[in-house]
Amino acid sequence: MTAAPPIIAEPPAALPAPGVRAQRLGQWRRLPLKAKSGVILLGFFVLAAIIGPEVAPYDPGYQNPAPSLVMHPPDAAHLLGTTQTGQDVLSQLLTGIRLTLELALIVGVVATALAVIVGVSSAYLGGVWDEVLSLVTNVFLVIPSLPLLILLLGYQPSRGQEATILVLSALGWPWGARVIRAQTLAIRGRDFVAAARETGESTWRILAIEIIPNEVSLIAANFVNTVLYAIGASVALAFIGLADLSSWSLGTMLYWAQSQQALQLGAWWWFVPPGLAVALMGTALVLLNTGIDELGNPRLRDASRAARIGGRRQWPADPTPVLHALPPPRGKLADFVHSFSRSSLLDGGSGARSPLERRGGKT
Amino acid sequence: MKFILRRLAFYAVAAWAALTLNFFIPRAVPGNAVESIMAKFPTLQPSAYRALEAMLGVGHPGSLWHQYWAYLNDVFHLNFGTDLIEYPAQVSTLLAQTIPWTLTLVGTATVIAFFLGTGLGIVAGWRHGGWLDRGLPALMFLQAMPYFFLALILIELLAIRAHLFPIATGYAGGLVPGWHWAFIGSAIYHALLPALTIVITSVAGWMLQMRNVMITTIGEDYVVAAQAKGLPNRRVVFTYAARNALLPQLQGFGLALGFVVSGALVMEIVFSYPGIGLLLLSAVTSNDYPLMQAIFLVITFAVLLANLIVDLLLVAFDPRVRARETG
Repeated sequence: MTAAPPIIAEPPAALPAPGVRAQRLGQWRRLPLKAKSGVILLGFFVLAAIIGPEVAPYDPGYQNPAPSLVMHPPDAAHLLGTTQTGQDVLSQLLTGIRLTLELALIVGVVATALAVIVGVSSAYLGGVWDEVLSLVTNVFLVIPSLPLLILLLGYQPSRGQEATILVLSALGWPWGARVIRAQTLAIRGRDFVAAARETGESTWRILAIEIIPNEVSLIAANFVNTVLYAIGASVALAFIGLADLSSWSLGTMLYWAQSQQALQLGAWWWFVPPGLAVALMGTALVLLNTGIDELGNPRLRDASRAARIGGRRQWPADPTPVLHALPPPRGKLADFVHSFSRSSLLDGGSGARSPLERRGGKT
Repeated sequence: MKFILRRLAFYAVAAWAALTLNFFIPRAVPGNAVESIMAKFPTLQPSAYRALEAMLGVGHPGSLWHQYWAYLNDVFHLNFGTDLIEYPAQVSTLLAQTIPWTLTLVGTATVIAFFLGTGLGIVAGWRHGGWLDRGLPALMFLQAMPYFFLALILIELLAIRAHLFPIATGYAGGLVPGWHWAFIGSAIYHALLPALTIVITSVAGWMLQMRNVMITTIGEDYVVAAQAKGLPNRRVVFTYAARNALLPQLQGFGLALGFVVSGALVMEIVFSYPGIGLLLLSAVTSNDYPLMQAIFLVITFAVLLANLIVDLLLVAFDPRVRARETG
């Protein structure tokens, strides 16, 4: 990917130490802001998932029998308050982030692998294979996933983590497969693939060495999307009770909060933290994906900084400004004063806007 | 016509796939509905097994092929069997009671969100880097929020704290559903908050997509040419850029619809809205398999139908599709 680096105004101060580290730092600095904030936010949650259950102050399932701890608002001992049964919300949250993120990452890996297999083989093999695989992909794309997930999971004898991962992975691949198929079709016709085929390389080698490495950014974006889908779907499924309700995930927390009337009893500290965690994780992933998009397509980048020409904001969508047609960036009084100066001779009139500009640029 | 026929054939295949999945899932998983009910009510005598089988229609009389045809025939006649929980009630009656609620609410809110999001996306894409465009990360946060969580927050803030909206259900208690103003007004009043939830969470998605396509479209030569001709901005934006950028947006609408509907179903639960989502919850919590299956079919068919409508709109909007058809 040749992502055009944005114009860097600062002098290359990192030159004295042109090591790998400095280079990496430069790459990081060049990332779009959205990608950076996505990475940082996501990193925070990954950290919480790794160390969370170890630093959790209480056992998330421990029901403190003290009557004063029934739905206690946040205080020093319980930073996020307690539930109806005296359980510590913070501990549940820290455990829940790990479980939810773990599930989403596994689903992301499995479903993305499926998407790559289906997409690449569909496009590369072509013919009947392509027709059949595309049809299956499109059918699964158009069937709404949640009701099908509910049906599949509802019939499972156990509704634990493994069953959820299985079902979510089984339905999470079609979108990626479609995108990857399109990309493979585009790459397949390129000269270097033809050259590889002419030199007699095996199909597997062409797929693994020539084609898939060229789709890495697409696969990465798809992985992020799938993780996003897995978080949303698993939380929704747990929220309606289709999960192992004795484990602590963000979804089961919300399930218990809803079923034990946290809302009606005004215990906002019970349902806001898990919901907010889901929303923030989702935001991080969306930001990351937008960042990846912008890296690949510089046109999408934020262009608000370089857009002042002749004292007037120029939008990227505007036609190239003709300096002469620009209205002078002055008020009426300043205009009047300016008309006495020598440079006003260049304006071609006493500061009046050109008729072209006034009528919205109509010829 | 060719394009429409092809799409019709595709939706027929999709519908058939959904029907077949629906037929095989109960037969493919270990254990069955009868066993789960027996496990749920330990007081049932073993002799009840046959009776339950007959009631559910899972006794598998005849060959698989025979069962399959009988099943298709049943679905064709909208006979989804007898409900387990509200026992003598037919599943189709339960569905008929709830579908209008969901259809009105989700349909209206989705259309509003689509137009609002597309409009905002046009502005954000045209004024790329403007305040609306830079506000996108905030909207992404709303989009990443699960529907039901936003519903919880809105109820807490607007219904419980501010008393602006009713907390739950579809209409005020004591009213008899019917075509009179007291009921309709109450129903609309109760639908405002759920509709607001759908609009807020889904508007960002439409907006983001429209913005991205818009930005790419604005770079196209024909837009530059239109500007070079000196056409007014309004005309360039709407007739040249937005009209073309709308096509991928419309295609995306069909695919995103399943997502929106799924989210809206779960949201209904929070509002105790008397639609399909609430029915689905009761089906899940009580292992009501016939109901779950019927709901899956109904929702799938609704989404397929909506997709077909979108395809027809595409034909109307995109001259290239029409040209391909005649040629």
